[in-house]
Amino acid sequence: MAVDHFPVEASHILMFARAIGDTNPIYHDESHAAGTEVGSIIAPPTFAQASAQFDPDYFLRPKAGQKWFGSGGTASGIIGGEKKEASNSEGEEKESGSAAGGLHAEQHFTYHRHLKPGDVLTAETKPGESWEKESKRAGVLKFSESITEYRDQSGKLVVTARGVGVVTEKVIEQ
Amino acid sequence: MSLNASEIKVGDSYSELIVEDLTRTQIVQYAGASGDYNPVHSDEKFVTEVAGYPTVFAHGMLTMGMTGRMITNYVGDGRLTYYGVRFVNQVWPGDTLTARAEIAGIREEDGETLVDLTISTTNQDENFVLTGNATARTS
Repeated sequence: MAVDHFPVEASHILMFARAIGDTNPIYHDESHAAGTEVGSIIAPPTFAQASAQFDPDYFLRPKAGQKWFGSGGTASGIIGGEKKEASNSEGEEKESGSAAGGLHAEQHFTYHRHLKPGDVLTAETKPGESWEKESKRAGVLKFSESITEYRDQSGKLVVTARGVGVVTEKVIEQ
Repeated sequence: MSLNASEIKVGDSYSELIVEDLTRTQIVQYAGASGDYNPVHSDEKFVTEVAGYPTVFAHGMLTMGMTGRMITNYVGDGRLTYYGVRFVNQVWPGDTLTARAEIAGIREEDGETLVDLTISTTNQDENFVLTGNATARTS
């Protein structure tokens, strides 16, 4: 992932804070924020993840004119068209959950400073380590790590993110 | 508000109910705000018939975001220097989650007093859905 232009905007911070149920005025009320130690609206700690909005190739966003792997007339616009057995007979394993591109296993943020409206960030992602683990509930787990560095308009490192994704061999037993 | 180093000790803890009866609509709201439109989080037909899960489930990052709200309410705004988690169980519509921070250590670094926190979030069945750590500057 490479994001060339991630403008941090007050309205986006407001919507993000609402989505995580955070009514803290530091995320939406300029006059309140002006009287606090931080001095301005800031973004919640996990906001950097919303850089996905500004990644032109982000694969988990439908794009105009392209097929989408979620449902329309059929259960997936890409993967087959047939309905799978909703409930398999006992003891039979369901197919892999990897159709969805895997699951999020870990996320870490190191804050050099907190993001605020007016920042214009770039983000560069590099692959990290990869490893495998055996799990009773989901078969072989394939983990892969990525490191993303967010820099501000002056080129200064502001947030370092480390994500770990996992692709499971089969659907996780509930 | 921030944590005052002279008023805290290792073992102190803080917890919050971070969501009660999580709705599919809130998961959709998070998809829109974050830009992660993975259909496993909003598309019942896809998630049951193709991905093979019983219903849609929350983004790990929604749980991390809601848990982060508990942390910033405890340590203060703009005080975090690190926040990292593992997503250990999926979070489903209808779940009620409680997030907890416990002071694991207090240390000096570059003239500042930092507090290290152990973070966990559990569901209504007292199963962990998220475990992690955070570090914050105190005053």
